Amino acid sequence: MSAELLDAPATRTLTIGKALNDGLRRAMEDDPKVVLMGEDIGRLGGVFRITDGLQKDFGEDRVVDTPLAEAGIVGTAVGLAMRGYRPVVEIQFDGFVFPAYNQIVTQVAKLHARSRGAMPMPIVIRIPFGGGIGAVEHHSESPEAYFAHTPGLKVVAVSNPVDAYWGIQQAIACPDPVVFLEPKRRYWDKAPVDTSGTPEPLFGARIVRGGDDVTVLAYGPMVKTALQAAEVAAGEGRSLEVVDLRTLSPLDLDPVVDSVRRTGRCVVVHEAPVTLGLGAEIAARVTEACFHSLESPVLRVGGYDVPYPPSKLEEAYLPDLDRVLDAVDRAMEF
Amino acid sequence: MTAVRNETEIDIGEAGEFAGPLPGAGAPHLPQQPDLVQLLTPEGERVEHPGYPLEVSDEELRGFYRDMALVRRWDAEATALQRQGELGIWASLLGQEAAQLGAGRALEDGDMAFPTYREHGVAWARGVDPLHVMSLFRGVDNGGWNPVERSFGPYTIVIGAQCLHATGYAMGIQRDGAESAVLAFLGDGATSQGEVNEAMVFAASFAAPVVFFCQNNQYAISVPLERQSKVPLYHRAAGFGFPGVRVDGNDVLAVLAVTRAALRAAREGQGPTFIEAFTYRMGAHTTSDDPTRYRLADEVEEWKLRDPIARLKAYLSRSGLADAAFFEGVDAAADELAVRIRSGTVEMPDPPPTAMFDAVYAEQTPHLAAQRAQFEAYQAGFDGGAE
Ligand SMILES: Cc1ncc(C[n+]2csc(CCOP(=O)(O)OP(=O)(O)O)c2C)c(N)n1
Repeated sequence: MSAELLDAPATRTLTIGKALNDGLRRAMEDDPKVVLMGEDIGRLGGVFRITDGLQKDFGEDRVVDTPLAEAGIVGTAVGLAMRGYRPVVEIQFDGFVFPAYNQIVTQVAKLHARSRGAMPMPIVIRIPFGGGIGAVEHHSESPEAYFAHTPGLKVVAVSNPVDAYWGIQQAIACPDPVVFLEPKRRYWDKAPVDTSGTPEPLFGARIVRGGDDVTVLAYGPMVKTALQAAEVAAGEGRSLEVVDLRTLSPLDLDPVVDSVRRTGRCVVVHEAPVTLGLGAEIAARVTEACFHSLESPVLRVGGYDVPYPPSKLEEAYLPDLDRVLDAVDRAMEF
Repeated sequence: MTAVRNETEIDIGEAGEFAGPLPGAGAPHLPQQPDLVQLLTPEGERVEHPGYPLEVSDEELRGFYRDMALVRRWDAEATALQRQGELGIWASLLGQEAAQLGAGRALEDGDMAFPTYREHGVAWARGVDPLHVMSLFRGVDNGGWNPVERSFGPYTIVIGAQCLHATGYAMGIQRDGAESAVLAFLGDGATSQGEVNEAMVFAASFAAPVVFFCQNNQYAISVPLERQSKVPLYHRAAGFGFPGVRVDGNDVLAVLAVTRAALRAAREGQGPTFIEAFTYRMGAHTTSDDPTRYRLADEVEEWKLRDPIARLKAYLSRSGLADAAFFEGVDAAADELAVRIRSGTVEMPDPPPTAMFDAVYAEQTPHLAAQRAQFEAYQAGFDGGAE
């Protein structure tokens, strides 16, 4: 282990960004086949500095500044994976994954199945996603449904430094391709991380706050929003159970179903447009499993069905705690 | 024009006498500079190039100075406004004024330009109101100009996408039998994108009247040119089957001459040209960037000596084409422009939140109309009406 990690106390307060950086570092130390690739990730350390210092410590062969071409990054990752490497690619912003979409959907997702398991694709595609940072066009997208809709891909979204630290290592160790979504506006959120602990499984949902009245589901950046809403609701005498979904494909709905059977009400929150978003799939499944316990339809809170707006309008576009509470009210009044 | 030459046999004779070091000399990580078209040396000396005779009036020369000085001032004001929280971000064109004004002024009526996100100088040349650019960087809209009216496409942030649009537009011109051409802007980093290469294949295959104008400002954010290309960028054109030319991007006259010639050839049915305007991004990639992490101050100092505005000023003064009063007049106009840009930006109203529902489709769908109504009702529910 590098001096940087060895000298550090086991439990440290880390931002999500630094937790990812430490997680990547540890994964690279544990497995020499891990190779990082992306635009500006080397000398610059990435535009969000998630790979800061890694090229200096691991060299240009393991932290690769690529040409400016996303299809190239993901397509060559496929070949490297076939040679036994574990590529971890960074897509600079959510809106720039689409040049690579062909490679991800037609190749990365299918090669394991079409080679009948002979060609595993242990590729991690890291994508900072979501809005709320006042950016220009194409820097605030939530493309998770495109990937979750694609059989063969696994999709996770982290919401906190602990999951960031462990999740990135687990994604890298995973034999399947993982689209790893990082909540860019929460990169600077901090929490203590016990790096000597044992992580929870990557592909599992987690109840992050217990409650009795309504089950609120969220992932990535919206977990914090849901927790804030629960806090405010508590002040108004309403008890929300908040679930961090963590994994979007496969979905882990067992804890959700247990929860909804108790509360009878369910609200799903995400930044992505509501139409055919994750909420739609979840609503269908929860309704099937909990039909007789439901006191209200499963409600969705998400982006409107419009292109992500210019930043002066993003506050109105993005779900906030008021919109979560509004849905909670509607569920309660039903 | 596209022969690869050995570094040791650089012949700059045709490009005129260089009094100073070649661009790139003294900065060993930069490629060598054969075949650089230049009409105005960094010292401000007018030289001839046999391939690119240029007729330009004194008035035009002064106009170029004015254009570049004003655009630079706009750029400085925008950077300051971003620092003061009035813009979300700004992509500076500092150092690239000659490339952009030379190219922008080569366009004629009926021609179309497709910019990246840094082409403020071209926007200026096309008569786009600077405030319509500022509104994009302020987060009010995605650019306030009408691309059709101004013959200046929307700023395109997804690297390289506009090169295909430019090519398709050129194919349309061709079908219409019109005598116009298209100028597609791109950066050095963009040359790596698949879509850019597809654009060049289409352009060549259909002999479309499109000119690819690549501002090689040496960096794609932090990544230096040699990660994108092992050959000078203008050599790429040969592989696609059309001519490539490298021009001193800090020489507004050379850029004008080279771009004019390429556009004329395109209009006359001779197909595409790839122009590499060899220049330098003097500032950060954007106001979010910190270039000290990846490049040396020496390199920036080196490029200061090739400043595009200083060399034209030197030429105008020395040749008596402009006097102190002229330069004072330009300074005053720049001050005025800065004031207009500042007040226009700061006073720019936020759009109404319902604006996000506008123009998603030619006709609003019933679903979206209902969603909008719900949104309005929800917003109206807040005390004091947050609109
Ligand atoms: C498809 C895509 N990938 C990544 C980005 C992020 N990005 C914005 S600008 C840039 C570098 C562009 O470099 P270059 O083409 O040389 O143009 P310059 O900015 O230097 O003018 C990158 C990687 C993007 N906008 N689009």
